[in-house]
Amino acid sequence: MRYKDYYAVMGVARDASQDEIKRAYRKLARKFHPDVSKEPDAEARFKELGEAYEVLKDPEKRAAYDGLGTKWQAGQDFRPPPDWNEGFEFHGGGFTGASPEQFSDFFDSLFGRAAPGGGFAGATRREFHARGEDTYAKILIDLEDAYTGRTRSVTLEHTEAGPGGRPSVKTRTLNVSIPKGVRQGQHIRLAGQGSPGIGRGGRGDLFLEVEFRPHRFYRVEGNDVFVDLPVAPWEAALGATVKAPTPSGYVDLRIPPNSSNGRKLRLKDRGIPARQPGDLFVVLNVALPKADSEAAKNAYTEFARAFDFDARAGIGM
Amino acid sequence: MTSKDTKKAVLVGTILEEEVVLSLGELCRASRLSAERVIELAEEGVVEPIGRSPESWQFRGVSLRRIRCAQRLKQDLGVNTAGVALVLDLLEELEELRTRLGRFES
Repeated sequence: MRYKDYYAVMGVARDASQDEIKRAYRKLARKFHPDVSKEPDAEARFKELGEAYEVLKDPEKRAAYDGLGTKWQAGQDFRPPPDWNEGFEFHGGGFTGASPEQFSDFFDSLFGRAAPGGGFAGATRREFHARGEDTYAKILIDLEDAYTGRTRSVTLEHTEAGPGGRPSVKTRTLNVSIPKGVRQGQHIRLAGQGSPGIGRGGRGDLFLEVEFRPHRFYRVEGNDVFVDLPVAPWEAALGATVKAPTPSGYVDLRIPPNSSNGRKLRLKDRGIPARQPGDLFVVLNVALPKADSEAAKNAYTEFARAFDFDARAGIGM
Repeated sequence: MTSKDTKKAVLVGTILEEEVVLSLGELCRASRLSAERVIELAEEGVVEPIGRSPESWQFRGVSLRRIRCAQRLKQDLGVNTAGVALVLDLLEELEELRTRLGRFES
């Protein structure tokens, strides 16, 4: 188990006041909230922050943590001292990532674990018969899957109360058919795959939030897909028919003569095949060959001679 | 059917945002919120029900996403209902601008 430096996580000094800690938490929580932040590690940072705040906001836990001394380094191998007193009352933290069930081993070893099913999740369990809860998970798919509708296997993790009420993490794997035309941020609803019900209550539903794996050349905007296509200067100038990639395979694309760099060619209905299919936009990207041989240099010189062309005419120079 | 067969079975779902319409009750259950809270969010414009009275309200599937996000913002950051409605609209706009920006930067 690794030591965690909660002060470093929150970016405050060890002698920070409770007010300063609260302000630092508010500020960082807004910065790293997974719904708001685009930082790649926002979710992990937000969880870590929730854990740090759970300790530092409570003067009792904070004093105990401070009592470990200052000789520890973040990430150092850690074991609680033998005289450690585990009698901490547990209030339970925030929600999204700061679910107390997900705090680190380091936190558990110092302050114990919260009972699972606490907070709002337990509210419906009093009735004798109750439908199981609806559950949520994310599924990462390739853009191509949304074009063809493929079957993907998903591994889900959930926490269950094990023997003695200790929560344990269980996994299960489902084969899910990805509906053709699904888009980023949409949810696939799988009826009856959520939590089991109580008594005669049926299982809840499982919602899978779709996320596209970032693609090397495709960008997605709503239903539309964009791809950059490098073309030679003479192809752009004279027109040509070239091979262009699309998520559903290669197509022969006609480039009209006198195309300029950045020109967008629209392939209607070749975007995501949703109920209202999107378009595919091919953006021309003129690539210049290098003048790295005598013949190439001559060709460029000839080229210059043939035109009365001022590249900077538009900016008045 | 053995448990191995169960694992192999392919589950077919529906796309919530396109094919599914939720009643007030279904939306409450899926978001684990009380009807009062969902009505409050609807009054603030966080979600837009179709229909005259809560008994006949229907919500588009996308409402679930907005409601869950609203609830997380409330619990984690203490944003009130009017603030949540504003944040959601701004986030949507930001998302759109980011995608457009991505087109120019790459």
